[in-house]
Amino acid sequence: MSLLRAGWIIARKDLVVEIRSRELAYTTLFFSVACVLVFAFAFVREGRALEDAAAGILWVSIAFSGTLALGRAFERERQNETLKALLLAPTERPAVYLGKLAGLLLLMMCVELVVVPVVGLLFGAPIFRAPFLLAGLLATGTLGFAGVGTLFAAMLVRAHSRDVLLPILLYPITVPVIIAGVRGTAAIFAADPNFDAALSWLSMLIFFDAVFVTLAFWTFGPVMSE
Amino acid sequence: MPRVPDLDFERVELREASRHYGRRRALAKTSLTFDRGQITALFGPNGAGKSTLLGLVSTLMRPTSGAVYFGGQPSSILGDDLRRQIGVLGHDLFLYGDLSARENLEFFGGLYGVRDLDRTVDEALGAARLTERAQDRVSGFSRGLRQRLALERALLHRPRLVLLDEPFTGLDDESAALLGDRLARLRADGAIVLMATHDFDSATGLVDRVICLRNGRARDLGQVQESLRDRYRSVMAEEWS
Repeated sequence: MSLLRAGWIIARKDLVVEIRSRELAYTTLFFSVACVLVFAFAFVREGRALEDAAAGILWVSIAFSGTLALGRAFERERQNETLKALLLAPTERPAVYLGKLAGLLLLMMCVELVVVPVVGLLFGAPIFRAPFLLAGLLATGTLGFAGVGTLFAAMLVRAHSRDVLLPILLYPITVPVIIAGVRGTAAIFAADPNFDAALSWLSMLIFFDAVFVTLAFWTFGPVMSE
Repeated sequence: MPRVPDLDFERVELREASRHYGRRRALAKTSLTFDRGQITALFGPNGAGKSTLLGLVSTLMRPTSGAVYFGGQPSSILGDDLRRQIGVLGHDLFLYGDLSARENLEFFGGLYGVRDLDRTVDEALGAARLTERAQDRVSGFSRGLRQRLALERALLHRPRLVLLDEPFTGLDDESAALLGDRLARLRADGAIVLMATHDFDSATGLVDRVICLRNGRARDLGQVQESLRDRYRSVMAEEWS
């Protein structure tokens, strides 16, 4: 069976489970919107937000809610040891990585579809100024974050203190993603927008994704061999 | 790694296979052979090494030393195709509670590339006597129903090697008898069946060969004619060299 087909079967299963339980969608959505709301009270004065605050808060809420989703996505596979069943299947191990990553990406992008307008509303951010560039930054940033996070979440699935270890391992590696996302988004949202700078940050995110998703894809098999 | 087309094997061998967890020895230099058409029971107290032995044969674990051979070839070179020939029913049942019985079977059937999936899943649901509850979520099933479904999940792709860890857990007498019949059919079809169990009554008359484990060491008792419980107790009372 091809790697992509096996990955699709796993991702589809995750989506069906999520549609039934709505556990991850509700928790990540609630958490990210709550995060944005709290920051809105702190950084918006008389209807005006601090400069660049919207971009930073958008990416902080994406990173925090993404970490929540990453932990829970593998916790499900641990409950009935179904991760073992996936590893016993006659598919290449990276198919499991692809499937979990695809499911997480779809979930995080659904959350972003709600959070971005909320940030636009509360912080007065011009989210429609360069919609394709903003979508590109969000897509590549989310891929980089989830790509590294999926590997770490899988590695930590049997660790007792996985909930603590995941952000400790994940955030230092994904700092370039968060910085590039924040700076690129801030360049779009600025009073004097700089689209060239946003494109440069987008290029950096694409480079990060190419390197780290490839590395995670290759190392997933050996990491999950026992 | 070269792809092995339609990999199949007549025999599984452990050659001097050991498995350590840190300093603890779970299995010590164990050499055993398992042949087609044979049901082998693994008996032993908790922590004796039964699940470790099943883990090594399932390819989920690697031996610390020694090797496991499938049809004369070490598992390390056989790759993904080997797993197509292995069916595992673990102590944890490997089922998704939020999916229905049918969806669970369809998911695993899809991963194993089962042909004519709809018909195969229908047959598996029938064998598990769950046809009428096919659309129900597994989270609402009793342990016995889950066990029956998990067995069919493990056998869905018609594996050559069947590994069962406590398969009689949670089954009523009728279901246990049906499981016995199912295992007997597997033997007739030429499967290699390894079963770790504490249920002497259910295993009596079913198994062809008995292996006892204690502290990571295995003792092959071969075919046991007398009471399994009595034989097991006498072996456990002996000194093991």
